[in-house]
Amino acid sequence: MSNQEKVDCGRRRLVIATAAVGGAGALAVLVPFVSSMLPSERAKAAGAPVEVDISKLEPGQMVTVEWRGKPVWIINRTQAMLDTLPQLNGDVADPQSERKMQPQYCKNEHRSIKPEILVAVGICTHLGCSPTSKFKPGADEGMTADWKGGFLCPCHGSTFDLAGRVFKNKPAPDNLEVPPHMYLSDTRILIGEDKG
Amino acid sequence: MRNLKTLLAALLLAPTLALAAGASIHLDKAPDVSGDKAALQNGAKLFVNYCLNCHGASQLRYNKLLELGLTEQQVKDNLMFTSDKIGDQMLISMRPAEAKKWFGAAPPDLTLIARARASAAGSGADWLYTYLRTFYRDDKRATGWNNLAFENVGMPHVLYELQGEQVMGEDHKLKLAVPGKLSPAEYDKQVADLVGFLVWMGEPQAGLRKQLGIAVLVFLSILFVLSYALKKEYWKDIH
Amino acid sequence: MANTNFEKYKSDGSLAGNLLEWVDARFPATAMWRGHLSEYYAPKNFNFWYFFGSLALLVLVIQIVTGIFLVMHYKPDASLNAAGIPVAFASVEYIMRDVPWGWLVRYMHSTGASAFFIVVYLHMFRGLLYGSYRQPRELIWVFGVLIFLMLMAEAFFGYLLPWGQMSFWGAQVIVNLFGAIPLIGEPLSIWVRGDFVIGDATLNRFFSFHVIAIPLVLIGLVAAHILALHEVGSNNPDGVEIKKKKDENGIPLDGIPFHPYYTVKDIVGVVVFLMAFSLVVFFAPEGGGYFLEYNNFYPADPLKTPPHIAPVWYFTPYYSVLRAMVWNFFGLDAKFWGVVAMGASVVIFAFLPWLDRSPVKSIRYRGPIYKSFLTAFIISFFILGYLGTQAPSYWGEKISQVCTVIYFAFFLLMPWYSKIDKYKPEPERVTWK
Repeated sequence: MSNQEKVDCGRRRLVIATAAVGGAGALAVLVPFVSSMLPSERAKAAGAPVEVDISKLEPGQMVTVEWRGKPVWIINRTQAMLDTLPQLNGDVADPQSERKMQPQYCKNEHRSIKPEILVAVGICTHLGCSPTSKFKPGADEGMTADWKGGFLCPCHGSTFDLAGRVFKNKPAPDNLEVPPHMYLSDTRILIGEDKG
Repeated sequence: MRNLKTLLAALLLAPTLALAAGASIHLDKAPDVSGDKAALQNGAKLFVNYCLNCHGASQLRYNKLLELGLTEQQVKDNLMFTSDKIGDQMLISMRPAEAKKWFGAAPPDLTLIARARASAAGSGADWLYTYLRTFYRDDKRATGWNNLAFENVGMPHVLYELQGEQVMGEDHKLKLAVPGKLSPAEYDKQVADLVGFLVWMGEPQAGLRKQLGIAVLVFLSILFVLSYALKKEYWKDIH
Repeated sequence: MANTNFEKYKSDGSLAGNLLEWVDARFPATAMWRGHLSEYYAPKNFNFWYFFGSLALLVLVIQIVTGIFLVMHYKPDASLNAAGIPVAFASVEYIMRDVPWGWLVRYMHSTGASAFFIVVYLHMFRGLLYGSYRQPRELIWVFGVLIFLMLMAEAFFGYLLPWGQMSFWGAQVIVNLFGAIPLIGEPLSIWVRGDFVIGDATLNRFFSFHVIAIPLVLIGLVAAHILALHEVGSNNPDGVEIKKKKDENGIPLDGIPFHPYYTVKDIVGVVVFLMAFSLVVFFAPEGGGYFLEYNNFYPADPLKTPPHIAPVWYFTPYYSVLRAMVWNFFGLDAKFWGVVAMGASVVIFAFLPWLDRSPVKSIRYRGPIYKSFLTAFIISFFILGYLGTQAPSYWGEKISQVCTVIYFAFFLLMPWYSKIDKYKPEPERVTWK
């Protein structure tokens, strides 16, 4: 009886040991297969940081550059545009940019490094359409009369202010994403990298 | 039964022996510089200076050269002549169709040349090492050059400034008629480095592959011991 | 044994038990587990040669899984990219360099192709040794031959995909074989290619066959092969039927449950196989130029044939048979007869169950004539395989003709020599230790 139990104990230990080592091996085999679906060297090369020269960007203007296949907006905001931001604090969903939609260095009232220059990914946080710019205040561009300038997503009507903050009670849940970026000089921005 | 197994084993080995015997020209053995980062860096420099004008390495990205122990700035300053993005492939500006018009045939892409040139006569490295050292003057050729490893080769001797000019002697052996900038021993060393780089380029992950292989085999050995013990444990019931 | 009625699972009251009872009432889970594993009784005297069936299944899984991941990155496109390299060829190197771990997945797939044939050839040889094709296992054997045929098709279609020189010219030669068929040959080979040369259309259809059509057929045939095996039960090195001697519960006296006994044994076989497989994948992925041919590192060039073309090693015996036919018969030229002989040399395996007239199955109880014929057949097979890798030569041709005759004599004379051969009486029970 005790002899029989001893045998079974030894067998059980051996089964567990083999299964554990074999299972670890199986998990290790998963690594190359799962990793092979990550971005390749080609994708990484295509998604490398993009350098933009903003010396010719006039106040009130916007340029769009492509980074990782996504539109990135660079907007040179006028003082009048910047003045609209505090007025809208009560109307936007996340006025203090509490949610992590921007790097730490852009968690401020204007959501940017330099107050006037906004860098944002032009992709609506709802379902991924690219919003259109509606910079003109008032109803001229088909917006409401109290419109102070911003963006409208044509797909489901989400609206954003001139700092990319989403208005309350719209389908989009979050503010527009601010990508990692840094100033190489006063007029050259590197988008996609923020460490020297 | 046992005889049959021995016979099978012998038959499996026979073709490899016979293949090894059938070499056409004698290839010099290329020195193995695969573990020598300085040699590979030198090879990379020779490659971009002498080869990358006409031959592309379209499957190799410049940032792969960082694995040879170079910094990004070193690669950008010393090795990148055809592009300004470190993630780009080592392409040439010559378009394949134009190259074909100029040379008759487009100079082949060299990414995989060290793997493609392997044969029963020797490794791809041996062939390249022999080829790059056996150019000789031949007036019958339009380029003025011929080669022992590659008869009537279309490419002129690009490295002749370094090696000098060889001629075919009466005894069918090559003789150095005009010395180059380097002594024959120095030249061989440079070619060995260049060939080492071409081999590395053919499969940059080869080193990682072998290291990983050892780990995998160690793991499987442990699993073998366990699974064999498990089998013994169960099968002791069977009488 | 699959036809036994098994009791449905009764829950022990636990959550898992309840779930299993629910499933088992709607799906034959218990019946499949018991019928194919825990109460499938296999002879206890399996030896070394019995590892290769389960290993073939393992390699099939490796090929399917690695194949799925390769298809995510591979592009069947014969057009040239900006650097003048065919897109298909470049996409394979893209996998080797740019895709994280892609080189490992690709080497596993390319090594798996050769491993598949090694394992399947050894599995077939086991069948020849112990008469596993004999009554009542004829259908298992026929399914097996069909699997082998499909495997050859799968390998052939797959070999074009890297779009290297050997891919291109190998496909060129094989597709041109169809041209040997009288009257319809030429239009047929154009139809197969979808072009006048091997081109983009050919590459795309071969890709389709390689990743969809043939794998589906293969999986179906493998299922049929195993179902048929579990219906009649496994043969063994003694070639005696264990079902003839059963105990009072109807369990064969010489049978042991496949699970756990053969599962734990096959795990050892799998580990040893994986060690050999890893040796190739990590230390010699080119297999000395046999698994990945050196010339295939050149992109396909329709204007330049490599000086020496040989098929991949697993096709070379049949390729030699093709080249051995140099005579014209009945107003049809040698090329046609070469194709016929090559086809026949594969298909003839399917007729073995009806060619063998010996009263015993296993080589252990066969007489000297069968043993001599089998040995001569195996030697011829290897010599044909070797000659198929070599450039044509006078003596090569003569030797391959002799070997082709021996190859076919093994099959065609079998009804005669297997009948007149001496034999030892089979034992009542399997011999064990």
